[in-house]
Amino acid sequence: MRKNCIELHSGATFCSRTLPLPTLSESLALAVRLVTDLDPKVLAIVLLSLRVSLLSTIASALLGLPLGALIAIARFRGRGGVVAVLNALMGLPPVVVGLLVYLMLSRAGPLGGWGVLFTPTAMVVAQTVLITPLVAALSRQIVEDAWNELQEQLNSLRAGLGRRIATLLWDTRYALATVVLAGFGRAASEVGAVIIVGGNIDGVTRVMTTAIALETSKGDLPLALALGFVLITLVLAINLAAQSLREWARMRFG
Amino acid sequence: MSTRTDRHRSNAVGAGLPIVATAVQVWRGETGVLRGVDLAIRRGSRMFVIGPNGAGKSTLLRVLHGLVEPTQGTLRWGDATRAPRSQAMVFQRPVLLRRSAAANVRYALACFGIRGADAAVRTAEVLHAVGLAHLARRSARVLSGGEQQRLALARAWALEPEVLFLDEPTASLDPGATRDVEAIVRDIHARGTTIVMTTHNLAQARRLADEVVYMQAGVATEQTPAEVFFTKPRSPEGAAFLESERT
Repeated sequence: MRKNCIELHSGATFCSRTLPLPTLSESLALAVRLVTDLDPKVLAIVLLSLRVSLLSTIASALLGLPLGALIAIARFRGRGGVVAVLNALMGLPPVVVGLLVYLMLSRAGPLGGWGVLFTPTAMVVAQTVLITPLVAALSRQIVEDAWNELQEQLNSLRAGLGRRIATLLWDTRYALATVVLAGFGRAASEVGAVIIVGGNIDGVTRVMTTAIALETSKGDLPLALALGFVLITLVLAINLAAQSLREWARMRFG
Repeated sequence: MSTRTDRHRSNAVGAGLPIVATAVQVWRGETGVLRGVDLAIRRGSRMFVIGPNGAGKSTLLRVLHGLVEPTQGTLRWGDATRAPRSQAMVFQRPVLLRRSAAANVRYALACFGIRGADAAVRTAEVLHAVGLAHLARRSARVLSGGEQQRLALARAWALEPEVLFLDEPTASLDPGATRDVEAIVRDIHARGTTIVMTTHNLAQARRLADEVVYMQAGVATEQTPAEVFFTKPRSPEGAAFLESERT
């Protein structure tokens, strides 16, 4: 192999006069090749990212949606404070969440016996902690607006608490779906929490965001750019899906 | 459509009629919305509550339906001290769920424990009775205003209530839709449901009411047969109101 050539994971060879430090345009070209050739390393990182973020989104939806609905319709002393705290938690710094989960899952921590630190499970836990307040706060607002509209009718039908929550969640399902998509987008884009509890171990806990951070710091731009393309595409796709869903639901159901 | 079934009678805590309100007051802060209302609603009546804006008509309906707790005074629904389940209410603006017309009716039936084939049959019956059978699968919220109000009536009718409260159900409807709603109200009453309705439309009250309660400033100044109210109201407030509506 000539010194100004590198072998890609797919088996192809890339050569440049400026290797081992390609120019920006060469890095971009290589990044595109990595994506279009479905480079195994890129693919593995993307799939792990999707798995971790999907699992954490599902968990946060199961926790956050009913919690948001309950806070929306319950009336109790201190409710205003709870809502304020929930809204504030939306802005939790990911690194702080990572630190807190690290302390919980470390050997000296209360959940150290689980033995999940530096595994994808720990990353799922951290992202769940991070996005559950977001899901709960946004769903609280949506459900509360629906509750204001439906309250008298549901009271007239003598619906119990469980039925009210289920009805409100179902009636606002399309708006809540966009909340869940927003949660997924936040999970997929964050780096602070997963890098602390996951350790960014190659082939084990390296996801798109942590890989971009590492490869950029090493000066290995092609892989960072390739993952960046995928991440941006993912975020755009999520937002497009959310917007389309909102429009379709408005036209279909009024 | 069947008349009221034993199942709904058993839903009530005792029989829900007559409804007797004694010195009922509702205060919101310093504002007296109801300042002492005495009235009795007998089985089989078509009672209309009329009066100017801010008289407390809507609040009275909500108190009688158990949606608002009185600040003072007493209410009895037959032998019960709590509003029974054997009632339904239709609001001025129809409140419908984001699902089909038929699903809205089935939802109400499910709240009362009626599901499956029973629910399907009753849903089809009421939608047919209000002229919405062809729109059963249409999303409720994309129906016209008149269709939505008919659907709200169908939903209430499906429950076969002892008492149906209607809070100005035709206020925002055109004359054609108003006629449709009035016809449905007559049908519901003919099948054994007691009607309590508020309206600003005196002509409507003349057409439909057999009993009138006139309210002003949170007080029910009279409760009389409709023909008496419209020819010789007993209270000076009622007389002044009728006179002002004529001019």
